[in-house]
Amino acid sequence: MTAWLKKSILKKKEPDNQWIKCPDCAEILYKNLLIDNINVCTRCGHHFRLSPDGWLGYLVNRGTFKEINENIQSVDPLDFSDAKERYVDKLNRSMKKTGMKSAIITGVGKIGKQKACLGIMNFAFLGGSMGSVLGEKVARLFEHAIELSLPVILISASGGARMHEGIYSLLQMAKTSAAIRKHSEAGQLYISIMTDPTTGGVSASFSALGDIMIGEPGALIGFAGPRVIEQTIKQKLPPKFQTAEFLYDHGMLDMIVNRKELKSILIELLTFFG
Amino acid sequence: MSVWEKIEELEKQIDKFKSLSVEEHIEVDEVIVILKEKINDLHKNLTSWDRTRMARHIDRPKFLDYVPKLFNYFQEIGGDRKFKNDNAIICGLASLDKRKVVVIGQEKGKDTSDKIYRNFGMSHPEGYWKTIRVMKLAEKFGLPLLLFVDTPGAYPGIGAEERGQLVAIAENLYELSGIRIPIIVTILGEGGSGGALALGVGDRLLMMENAIYSVISPEGCAAILWRDASKAEQAANALKISAFDLKEFGIIHEIIQEPGGGAHKDFNAAADKLKKSIKNSLNKLVKVPIDELLDQRYNMLRKFGVFKEK
Ligand SMILES: [Zn+2]
Repeated sequence: MTAWLKKSILKKKEPDNQWIKCPDCAEILYKNLLIDNINVCTRCGHHFRLSPDGWLGYLVNRGTFKEINENIQSVDPLDFSDAKERYVDKLNRSMKKTGMKSAIITGVGKIGKQKACLGIMNFAFLGGSMGSVLGEKVARLFEHAIELSLPVILISASGGARMHEGIYSLLQMAKTSAAIRKHSEAGQLYISIMTDPTTGGVSASFSALGDIMIGEPGALIGFAGPRVIEQTIKQKLPPKFQTAEFLYDHGMLDMIVNRKELKSILIELLTFFG
Repeated sequence: MSVWEKIEELEKQIDKFKSLSVEEHIEVDEVIVILKEKINDLHKNLTSWDRTRMARHIDRPKFLDYVPKLFNYFQEIGGDRKFKNDNAIICGLASLDKRKVVVIGQEKGKDTSDKIYRNFGMSHPEGYWKTIRVMKLAEKFGLPLLLFVDTPGAYPGIGAEERGQLVAIAENLYELSGIRIPIIVTILGEGGSGGALALGVGDRLLMMENAIYSVISPEGCAAILWRDASKAEQAANALKISAFDLKEFGIIHEIIQEPGGGAHKDFNAAADKLKKSIKNSLNKLVKVPIDELLDQRYNMLRKFGVFKEK
């Protein structure tokens, strides 16, 4: 195929990629407008996933974010391959696709007048799964916050464990929880924000240990995956099961916050505890 | 035929030859040596999947079997003071010879009705709230904590999610990482995922020779990564979940040797070995000043993981 032909095919495809259908209200949304609206459906308020860049652009004062530990990368401690491919190949593919080296970006930035340590997970990187790198970056973020006497805001999006790293993946739950305890004992604030989805090992460790826990509307949040539960109990799950609203009703979250109001709420909380 | 069945077959042959030698006065020593070598070879080559099968063996001793072997006094204490008593986790006050300890163990149950009563060792949040209450009791009185792990995982159900399984497990990890008493963890059989880790944080990690410890069940991993639950054997071996794997990774401190064919073959011997190891570890741990012990615990937890940084 000539380069010209390739280009023209790509061009032809482009217009379709400019549009996205809302899974809640079926409205066809123009992508650029959706991005301007921090990925919240302009018609029904459905919250689409937001990339770390999107979050930083929205929450953090321009030019104030300094990333830390950006060079930590995954290795393949078990020499793991599944039915389709080697773990290292999967990692390389994800790094290329997302332009990130791991499923989380961590650093320090300013939100309003307040400085805070920030962690933002990226679901697009292997489903935001937790391996050694994610655990290490989260633990270091809390340790950095202790040194600087700063609060931590962590935005979760994760399908659970990075099975390819086996037991190391599981142990990150203990590692991150221990670091959070140190930060808490230092008297610092931790705000945990759970976005769609926050499940498995991430949900049952650092995400669930916030002084203040915030869910995004409609986000799937839970320990066990809904399919696993359905197979175990052999019944249909009730509607709204494991949504942020369900968790709020059962006393697991402090509040559900629409993304468009999140920034002002965070500024209020940081000011209140600051 | 599984490796364990092969080992059993060879053991039966040894017994047969032994009785032959008594009854018929035949020289059998050489044959027995060869058969024993064969058994040793089979043991050496056991895979993670073979260990998984042994960890789940129907005759495998459970937590409540160990209790009378390890402790000369044991009084169960129950309840989370919030919702109900979870029968998949048993807490108790105990004496290990002369030393008072607090014990928390996961119990899968023996026969069918007992298994149902114990919910197959799968806890609801109330189980993890109970453990937090009991570990704080131990902390208040400065008593060492002994944790025993044997569970396929935390229970995946509607009530468990309603009552905050995720928060319950996370809070256990949080509490154990900083509680001011020595903690020894022993993985007896199945160390299944977050439900096991919730009782898996301590100063010394011991593991029975045929126990497993994994981020996900081999079946679960196979269903997700191979899209075929029957590929569990492949998944188990790929996940590297045996005691020997975990010792090599530097995650556990000690492997408790089991009799040939598994702990149930000579339970007294297995329990004796475990008791000796726990006592040894405990004697060392109680001598460490508590702040130093907590630093060591934190450093151990912080070192979990493998990555590169350029
Ligand atoms: Zn919509």
